[in-house]
Formats: sequence, C-alpha cells, structure tokens
Amino acid sequence: MRKLLLLTTVILVGLIFIARLFYLQIYGGYEYDIFEDSAIKKEYTYPKRGYVYDRNGKLLVANQPSYDVMVIPREVEPMDSLELVEFCNLLKITREDYDKKLERAKNYSPRLPSPFVPQLSKSDYAVLQEKMRKYVGFYIQKRSLRSYQTTIGANVLGDIGEVNRRIIEKQPYYKLGDLIGKQGVEQSYEEILRGTKGIKFIQKDRFNKNIGPFQEGKLDTLPVPGKDITITIDSELQAYGELLMQHKRGGIVAIEPSSGEILAMVTGPSYNPNILVGRNRSKNYTKLHYDSIAKPLFDRGLLAQYPPGSPFKVINALIGLQEGVVDEHDTFSCRMGYYYGSRKLTGCHHHRSPVDMNMGIAQSCNAYFVNVYRRIIDKYDDAGDGMNKWAAHAKSFGLGDFLNNDLSVGRPGRIPDGDYYDRAYGDNRWGSTYIVSNAIGQGEVEATPIQLANMAAAIGNRGYYYTPHIIKNIEGDTIPSNFTTPKYTTIDRQHFEPVIEGMFDVYNDGTAKALKVEGIEICGKTGTAENFAIIDGKKTQLTDHSIFVAFAPKDNPKIAIAVFVENGYWGSRFAGRMASLMIEKYIKGKITRTDLENWILTHSLENEYAKPHSGEPFKINGETTLQVIDNYAIKLEDQENLKQ
Amino acid sequence: MLRENQRRFKFDWITIILFLLLVGFGYINILSASHDGEVTSYFNMTELYGKQLVFIGLTFVIIVLILSLEAKFYERFSSIIYLAAILLLVGLFIFGKDVNGARSWYGIGSMTIQPSEFAKFATALAVAKYISDLQTNMKTLKDQIRVAAIIFIPALLILLQNDAGSTIVYAAFFFVFYREGLQQIYLIVALSLIILAVLSLKFGIAITAIVAAIALTVRYFIRKKKRASKLQYVLVLFVAVGFAYGVKLFYKHGLQTHQQNRISLWLRLEKDPAKLERMRKSEAYNLIQSEEAISSGGLTGKGFLQGTRTTGKFVPEQETDYIFSTVGEEWGFAGSSIVVFLFVFLIIRILYLAEAQKSQFSRVYGYGVASILFIHFTINIGMVMGLIPTVGIPLPFFSYGGSGLWGFTILLFIFVKLDSNKINEW
Repeated sequence: MRKLLLLTTVILVGLIFIARLFYLQIYGGYEYDIFEDSAIKKEYTYPKRGYVYDRNGKLLVANQPSYDVMVIPREVEPMDSLELVEFCNLLKITREDYDKKLERAKNYSPRLPSPFVPQLSKSDYAVLQEKMRKYVGFYIQKRSLRSYQTTIGANVLGDIGEVNRRIIEKQPYYKLGDLIGKQGVEQSYEEILRGTKGIKFIQKDRFNKNIGPFQEGKLDTLPVPGKDITITIDSELQAYGELLMQHKRGGIVAIEPSSGEILAMVTGPSYNPNILVGRNRSKNYTKLHYDSIAKPLFDRGLLAQYPPGSPFKVINALIGLQEGVVDEHDTFSCRMGYYYGSRKLTGCHHHRSPVDMNMGIAQSCNAYFVNVYRRIIDKYDDAGDGMNKWAAHAKSFGLGDFLNNDLSVGRPGRIPDGDYYDRAYGDNRWGSTYIVSNAIGQGEVEATPIQLANMAAAIGNRGYYYTPHIIKNIEGDTIPSNFTTPKYTTIDRQHFEPVIEGMFDVYNDGTAKALKVEGIEICGKTGTAENFAIIDGKKTQLTDHSIFVAFAPKDNPKIAIAVFVENGYWGSRFAGRMASLMIEKYIKGKITRTDLENWILTHSLENEYAKPHSGEPFKINGETTLQVIDNYAIKLEDQENLKQ
Repeated sequence: MLRENQRRFKFDWITIILFLLLVGFGYINILSASHDGEVTSYFNMTELYGKQLVFIGLTFVIIVLILSLEAKFYERFSSIIYLAAILLLVGLFIFGKDVNGARSWYGIGSMTIQPSEFAKFATALAVAKYISDLQTNMKTLKDQIRVAAIIFIPALLILLQNDAGSTIVYAAFFFVFYREGLQQIYLIVALSLIILAVLSLKFGIAITAIVAAIALTVRYFIRKKKRASKLQYVLVLFVAVGFAYGVKLFYKHGLQTHQQNRISLWLRLEKDPAKLERMRKSEAYNLIQSEEAISSGGLTGKGFLQGTRTTGKFVPEQETDYIFSTVGEEWGFAGSSIVVFLFVFLIIRILYLAEAQKSQFSRVYGYGVASILFIHFTINIGMVMGLIPTVGIPLPFFSYGGSGLWGFTILLFIFVKLDSNKINEW
C-alpha cells in the first residue's frame, strides 16, 4: 500500500495536467485568430475608394482624408489625471465621455480596436499626431471619407457609414470602424468601389514595441484601389427633376429605352448628400431616419407601390390585341360608365361615345377598357385560366416582380393571377365582373414608378426592354450582361402601333393636350390613384395621387418616364406637367414651356400633406384649393446672388 | 572479464533516453523563448540558448564523471557531501550575491552558481543514508525528528535566503518517509491541514468549522470499534478551528504582499473589479500571459519559432520558470501532453527501479529522486497553467540555467549509477 501513494499521485497529477491542457487549448481555447492576437499589430492601409461619374463624365463623388482615433482597450495604460485632462482636451471630449467611450469599446472587445473618436478635423489631427505616442493603446487610423461634388442625387449616390456588428459577423472583411456603402450605388457597388484594404502584420513585444514584420511579412498584403464607376444618371436632368419636385412628395424615373439606362431617379423630399459626411453624419442620419412623415430616406421612385390607374389601360389594350379579342376599330359605347345589367360597375367622365381604341386611350374611357378586359378573361372557359394568361402578358412588361437590377432597394408591385382570386374568393367562385377594376389599373394591380417607366420604355421600343440599371461603366471591367440583353414582351410588334397612336393622341387632343411641347412627339398617359390613410383608426380617403407615364419621341424614343406626385390629384395636373418638362429638358437641353415650369415651381403641396396630421376634418380632390408660393428657382438664384 | 564489463555498463537506458528527450526538447524551447528575431549561430554565447548549449555539453562531462565513480562512493561519502552542501548554503550569507531579492547565488566572474540546486541531491543522499542505517526505525519519534532535521536544515537556510520556492521542494521527502514507514496519521493530518487551510481562506472560519464538525461526526459513527471518547473529538474540532483561524491570521499578517496576492489570485478571493484590473497588469500579469500563450497553441501549436507571444516575449521569465508556456504555444496540446507524459513516465520508471533495488540506501535514494522530480514537475507546470499559486521553481531539464540542469542531472545519474550496481549488492 505504501508503495502506491506516490505512484498514484504522479498518475493523478499527469491526468489533471492533460485535462487542464485540454481545457485551455482545445475546449476553452478559442480558434487561433491572428486578428485577436494582441502580440501581432495589424496595420491597415485603406485604398482610395472609387470615384463616381455621371453619364457625361461629370465627377459626382470623390474622397477626402479622415482620421479616426482608435483604441484597443486592454492595451490602454492608466493615466494620471493631468495627462487624462490633456488627452480629453486634445480630443475635445469630456472626462465622462472618455470613460463612456472606453467602456463601450471594452464591451465590444478588449483586444480588438474600436473607434474612439471618429473623424477628426484636419487641425485636430495635426495637433494630436505629435503627441499620440504618449497615449498607449490609442492610435490614429487614416481612412477616406466621401466628398460630394454636387448637392443632388442623395438617393442615387447613397452614402458610406461605419459598419455595425451584424455586418462584421456576416462579412469578416470588415473591422469595427470600417466604412461601408449604406444606400444607393455606394451600397450596390460597394465591393467595386471600396477595393481591398492592405494589411501589415507586425510582431510586438510586451512593451508594445514593434520588433519587426511577422513571419518576414509573408502574410502582408498591399491595398487594391477601388475602381471608378460611371453611372447612367444625367446629373443635369437629375438636378432639374429635383428642382421640380421641391415642395412635393413623389418620384420621377427616366429611362433611356434603347439601353435601359436610368437617366434620372428623383425622389422628393430629398436632402443634400453632404450632410451625411463627417462628424455630424449620425446626428443628421438619425434626423432623416426618424422623419416618419416626410420620409426623406424613402426612395419614392423605387418604393412607392400604388395602383397605377389609367396608364395601365394601355397594357390591357395590348393584351386584347394580342389575344385577338378586339381590334383597333372595334367600338364600345360609354354611358358615363360601364353597366353590367343595370348595375354600374365603373364610372367614367364625359366624352364622345361610342369609342374605338384610339379614342379609348386618348380619352381614358373606363367603359372601353372594362369591355376589353372582360373579353380577355372570358375568352377562356375558366376565369382562372384567363387571369393567368392575362397576368403572364402583363408580367412580361417587368410588372409584378422585382426588376432584379443594381439598385439597392425595390418593390415587386403586384399583378394578380388566377390563384390570387381563388385564394380570395374560393376556387371558381368568381368571374370577370368581380375584378373589373384591374381593367383601369385600380383594384389589385400595383406598380412602382420605375416599373411604369420601364413599361413605357417597352411600349416605346415596340415590345422589348432592357432591365433598368444605374451602372454605365466600371473602370477596367464590363457591366453585367443581364443589363445588355433585351427582354421581350409577349406582345407582337405590330400590335403596338395603334396603342402608341392612342398615347400620342393623349397629347394631341386627349387628357394631356395642354402639355404639348413644340417639336417633340410625346406619347403619354395620365393616371390617378385613389389612396387612403388611417386617421384616428378610421380609413380616410386623401386627395388622389397624380401619375403620368410617357416616352418621346414617338419613333426611336430617347426617353421614357414615369412621374408620381403624392396627392397631386389628376394626372396631367402635376405629374403630366413635370413629365413634359423633363422630356423637353432632356431632348432640347432647354425649356420653352416656361409657363409649365413656372406653374410647377410656384405650386406647393405642403398644405395638402399637412392635412392628415392637423387633427382637423379636411376636404380632398376637387374641393381643395392649391397653395401658391414664390418661384422656388428664382428664390434660389436670388440667394446665390446675395451671397456673391 | 567480458561479463564484468557487461555488468558495469548495465545502465537503465529507458531512464537515460527519457532524460535525453527532455533535455533536447527543453533546449529547443529555450531557443524559441530566448531568440531575438533571427538565430544566426547556435553557439552565440551572448544569447541564452548559446549558453544553455554549453551547459548541456558540460552535463555530459558530469554524467561520465558520476557513472565512472564507484557506486559505493555515494553511500560512503553521503554525510560529507551533505555537510559540504550545507556549508555552501551557509557561505551564501557571507559571499552570496543578491539576484531579484534572493541571496542564493555565488558569483564567479560572469558565471553564477546556485548551491540550493545541489543541496537537493545532497539531502537525498543524507536522508537515504540515515534511513538505511540498521538502527533507524521510522516509526519511532526519535528517528522521525532526526530525519526531519536533515531536511529542515537546508530548507531553513534556503528560506532565510528568501527563496521560498526552493524551500517547498523539501516537502517532497514526505513521500520518502511515508514509503519507509512513517505512520498513516501523518498523512491524514497533512491532508486535513491542507484542506482546512484552503477552506478557511476561501470560505471563512464558520464554514470551515461546520465542514470539520461534519467530517468528525461522520468519522465518529463509522468507527464503532476502538472509538476515542467524545471529548477527544471535540478537542480535535477545537484544534482544527484554531488552525483555520491561525491560517487566516498568517495569510493577513504573516505573508508578504506578493505572496498574499498569489494566493488571492489562485483562490479567486479578490472580487473588486478595479483591483482585479490593476492586478491583471501587475501580480496576475505573468499568469494571464502564460495561460493565454498556452491557450493560443490549440491542438498542434503554432510551430517552432512561430509563437507570436513567445517571439514577442509576452511572458516574463519564459526561458526559466515559465518555459512550459513556450511548449504550449508552439507545440500545442500534442506537444504539451507529450512533455507531461515524458515526466510522468520518467518518475514512474524511477519508482519502479527504486522498488527493485536490493539495498535500502538505493531504494530510499531512488524514492528521493522521484519525489523531488515530482514536486518540481507538479508545482512548475501547475503554476504555469494557473492550477496552483505562483511558486518560482524550475522545470527539471527544461528550464534555462546551468546550476539547475547540473543539479537535476547529478540527482538522476547517481541513481542510474546505483541502479546499475544492484547486481553486485548482496
């Protein structure tokens, strides 16, 4: 027995040691990560972020240097109070801020760097740089911030901001304090613009002194600069669109039909992209983000999904022709609406009757399109089959689904099919009369402005479109082939001419004849969208949204456009005027219809937008009066003059 | 004649190979822990690894010397060797040189010699000699006191030189005494005292008293025969509580601050986060760095000369007491386990050989060797991995330093020599 004491103790100790080693190195031992190793200093070199140019080569976004004070909490050495006060003064923060920031950094990770004071001014940097070596655990990281060469296009260009922890977890390339594209092209072309940062691994000793490159620099990499990109936006047209959108809410999307390139993508209200650069970024961003009434961060050109109203009628005309249920000469009578038996299914406004296709489009006759639509659906024995066929045609125009393009946000819109109504009403328990609203673009059909602009482009092209996109050129690279391949609609080319003639007549003697522009053959279609808001728990109707869809010139169109103005009432009132002006601006480069321009710039919808929030009962549509203001552009010019 | 020769060289090669493996692997790790960026020459005498290579070379001279002496020499001259070692320790008070607050070095030119490293084998020889005397009976109090004196004299001298770590090593002889007949009650008392001390520091007097009372009650009811009186049990309880209280007092007033801190860290007594944060940078710094270096090694380690913490010299004293953290970082779980295994194997091998000795002197000495290696191994690796409080003693054959390496080599090879002679013992 006595022989066994030391023997068993030795074996026991051996086992305990192996267990402890197992616990330290395998069980508790984190996977070795050089980025977490405090013995190795990681020095990043951030590459130049790619510039952004507009389609005419005008520089929109460049860079400016920025300096962040970073901290690695566990390496911070306690300072005496005098040193601490001096350090805080240099950083322009208070003692409490210092403790709070250090605590926050420690909570994130004691061994990884966190930004301590981001984006120093140049003068602060100059002073601090000299003394930085005194403050162990802190260092200055140079980065590059954006410098906007323009005041427009905030929604198009987007911005860059610090990565959050969720992004870091998903994409380990990013470290805390790194910048990433947050909206617009900065987001969708992040990887191309940002390049790849370079990294140097440096072996440190325990006094935090560099003692040489780690593994002779085998793992070090050089930064790869970001590539410049050219976007399809015409910055002058974009600026003009934003000017027209002042004091209104809505969106404008203009596309070049022959390529699918987005010429302008306006949303109102907007903001100056420069406010999201520098130390005030988070303050300003928060302000924009929490403005739940005007929603300046909500890109209405891409996200405002509403029943499109009358512009959708032309799709029904095309489907009718393709399905052979109507030809351009067939006429239908309209008795101020469409009657099913003695029941009026839809109203209409006053115009001549009966109407053929051309008149139907030009006068936007509801009855005509209900007839056409019912013929399409009823061509098939089962209404579901008819609806499916109809939906397939409509979707071939890029409606009812995501466009699958290079914009950071988007919405699918909605084109209902047979299944949709089977779910709503029950299988075979509905027929064409249930769903006539779709004939006139109301009811279940929904689309966004960019989808409508693309629809206009497809019509202008007589049956095909290119996916609307924002990228025109990437330095040393090609743009995705998806954007250079035409997408064909299910409508044969010959069916487009009568419809286009009808849209042309909208301008000649139809609902937009007051908006004609000398020397440009514009084809368009007005629209209005009823809309509702919940006020005090009650569904309340607001003034209609004003919608206009157009392309020009009639043959070989150069521009297709959709304009959407919230609560602008009828289509040609706001949206139509703005569409005509945008087309003239793009094609002629100058404005001859100064009367239209002046009207837009002197009419505001701010009062209209205030109504639902006033708490008072209010009137809508025809019972309201428009708010007239000073000419916005002239006012701007005056301000510029005063400055000089 | 041939047979004579064969007998003379019948050394235990397993022990020798284990020794060579440990020294060789130790040198590799000293190289890692002490190099500055690039290794230009292995014989660079300005670098620690260059010096260690010389120490290792001299070790072989010592081995040849030890093995060529007559086996009987060690038994015959054990008293003189012991006295010489004691004199060397005493001499330190006059001629010694202070290093890091401990007066345990002789300076000869640029060389330094640490006599406490040689006192270990000398004491082991003396203990073996005394116990193997026919007159000695370890069960008698008289012999217990005398043999205790043999170890207390060097232990006390070393303690007075402010080298508490090396003093603890002499506790190793408890295993020897126990093997040679010391009563079991000593073992029980020793274990009880350790448990009482830890309980009292960690949980306080009240809980310690309750635990002691429960343990005694259980023992009272299990032991139905030959049961001592209740009064004696109460007396023992009182002594136990008194001891617990004494430990507390000693911890607070008897220990130096750095010793207090080491125990406080080990038992996680400090709860104040601000103070803990400060300790991370001072008292606990070594331990935290060492544990992190070991943890970062993972399964297979970062590779020879690739340890980032070793290269950056994050662990102070890494080439000496903290050498095992280099193994942990560069060779990982695999390498560290092998080192633990080699030590366990070596100690068991010595125990096995000791039990096979025909002379009591050789057996007791062998036990002494195994016990001393065991205590070094346990305290050093346990400390580096944070299992026991920080105690500064080297890892045999691994840690940098001539005195240590030679001391352990002499200790081991005297036994190898004794073992090789067992055929001639009658």
